[in-house]
Amino acid sequence: MATSFTFTISDPEGMHARPAGKVVEKAQSYKSAVSLTDGDKTVDAKRIFGVMGLGAKCGDTITVDIEGEDETAAASELEAFLKENL
Amino acid sequence: MRKIQGTGVSAGVAIGTIHVLDSGDGSVERRVVDDSAAEVQRFRAARDTAIDQLGKLRDKTAAELGEGKAELFDAHRLMLKDPDYVESVEGMITTSKVNAEYAVNGTAEQFAAMFAAMDDSYMQARAADVRDVSKRVIKILEGCDTATQDPDGQHIIAAVDLTPSETVQLDRSKVLGFVTANGSANSHTAILARTMGLPAVIGLGKDFDAEDDGKTAIVDGSAGLVLVDPDEENLKSYQDKKKSYEDHLRLLQELKGKPTQTKEGQTVRLYANIGRPSDVTSALANDAEGIGLYRSEFLYLESEDFPTEEAQFEAYKEVAQRMGDRLVVIRTLDIGADKQVGYFNLKHEDNPALGYRAIRICLTQPEIFKVQLRALLRASAFGNLAIMLPMITSVQEVRDAKKIIDEVKADLRAKNIAFNDGVNVGIMVETPASVVMAPELAKEVDFFSIGTNDLTQYTLACDRQNPNLSRFADPHSPAVLRMIKMAVDAAHEAGIWCGICGELGADLSLTETFLDFGLDELSVSPTSVLPLREAIRER
Repeated sequence: MATSFTFTISDPEGMHARPAGKVVEKAQSYKSAVSLTDGDKTVDAKRIFGVMGLGAKCGDTITVDIEGEDETAAASELEAFLKENL
Repeated sequence: MRKIQGTGVSAGVAIGTIHVLDSGDGSVERRVVDDSAAEVQRFRAARDTAIDQLGKLRDKTAAELGEGKAELFDAHRLMLKDPDYVESVEGMITTSKVNAEYAVNGTAEQFAAMFAAMDDSYMQARAADVRDVSKRVIKILEGCDTATQDPDGQHIIAAVDLTPSETVQLDRSKVLGFVTANGSANSHTAILARTMGLPAVIGLGKDFDAEDDGKTAIVDGSAGLVLVDPDEENLKSYQDKKKSYEDHLRLLQELKGKPTQTKEGQTVRLYANIGRPSDVTSALANDAEGIGLYRSEFLYLESEDFPTEEAQFEAYKEVAQRMGDRLVVIRTLDIGADKQVGYFNLKHEDNPALGYRAIRICLTQPEIFKVQLRALLRASAFGNLAIMLPMITSVQEVRDAKKIIDEVKADLRAKNIAFNDGVNVGIMVETPASVVMAPELAKEVDFFSIGTNDLTQYTLACDRQNPNLSRFADPHSPAVLRMIKMAVDAAHEAGIWCGICGELGADLSLTETFLDFGLDELSVSPTSVLPLREAIRER
């Protein structure tokens, strides 16, 4: 059973290289699988080209799905992290 | 003399000899390899070396330019570790039996093409990042040093393009500035040039060849102009320009941290106007003492639908947190007139400046206003925020707006959501009515901020958008100045502060007048902060 939440990007430059890098590093720190969905595109949050390839812009609402043994902790930490950094 | 026009991405003037960087023609030889497994191993070793180099570059950048700029190299390292990237390179080596250099270059072009095809200029510029990291791996594979060639003496770098890592590695004691044939204003290279204070012109569209090496050039980073082999007249005039620019810059930097105070001891608070949370960086770099005008309408103008409470909250919170104890004045929604937003479905008006806009929309559509106020009040728990109401013409409008603010506060209180109950509420004085009613209005609010652009428009009955009226729309008109004086006097009579957040605040020819009026605060664009402090301190 996956855990999901959504957040809206408020960084005016969208998911560009630096924030994407930070998101990937954070996602990689969990054992769970983490994916990001923007519109009809879903990518692995642990791969930077995937995350940057989303082309997510300011104002886009991203759905984050987390599945795995540490998903509950990962969800709350990731949500706070994304809001803080994007 | 050759004059080449490009895009200036970093201000200032550089004069010196050109050093053409031999960045090669970018072609990578394709070779067939027999032992694919050995070639994969060769790629992995080069990739590890590149990751290691990027780590060192990260530390150097963090020490010299700050942690924020260094994070770019974290992203670059992740690119080289990305399984999609690695699988693509190793797949090409194995299936096509090609050399590692060729596979890395092919993969880089594939990923770069993905970014180049995106419709957003920031993302398009990321194609350069992929090529940058890949070029590093290729150079290691080829046994070349990745550091840029460095001639003796000071010089101007000319290149087809510069990658961010090449830019960061430029020896700042020797490099005076740089010019490139390609590049975009949104690239990390351009951002780094500004941070490093190197005059730079990009997108010249022309490659410099070996023959240009050693020639004298002038780089005017403000005008985006490059002069190769300048004549005596240009050389002399640019030497003067360079000197006065540098003198002034040095002088202005010395004013950071110093009080905005006249020789007689009169102090004025010097704030910055911003449109986006990211503008805080510039406000802080220019030593603004607060934010006197955060134009919240950008959140609406840049959205395709009403921005959510959460999106607004995050934006306001970020500004509040980054400014710490310093005051941040957030102007509530100022849509209408020259700022149209499709999803508001505003009807066409013959006189939009005198029409349905700003506070008038907020008071008649409180459901929109309340979303913004909730976001703003929630963010008030994270810093020193104040609310500013635009386009006020009557006491009743202020009372109506405050009633809505109180309703939102009551709701937040009932839900135990933190906010600053004592958040200050002020108004923009930008209509003749608000000036005339200033004594009464001052009893209702905590501060006044004069919007001189609209105040000039309404006082002189001159549409701001009509170019035929420029000779009649004089913001220095005694009528406008007298209006400002009346507002300041009324504010002080009631014991509240009064500032200016319109463009007139940065007009150095009026600084003395404003000091005489007793204005408490001037809010200007971040880059006008230090020149204004200089003018005030010299008085």
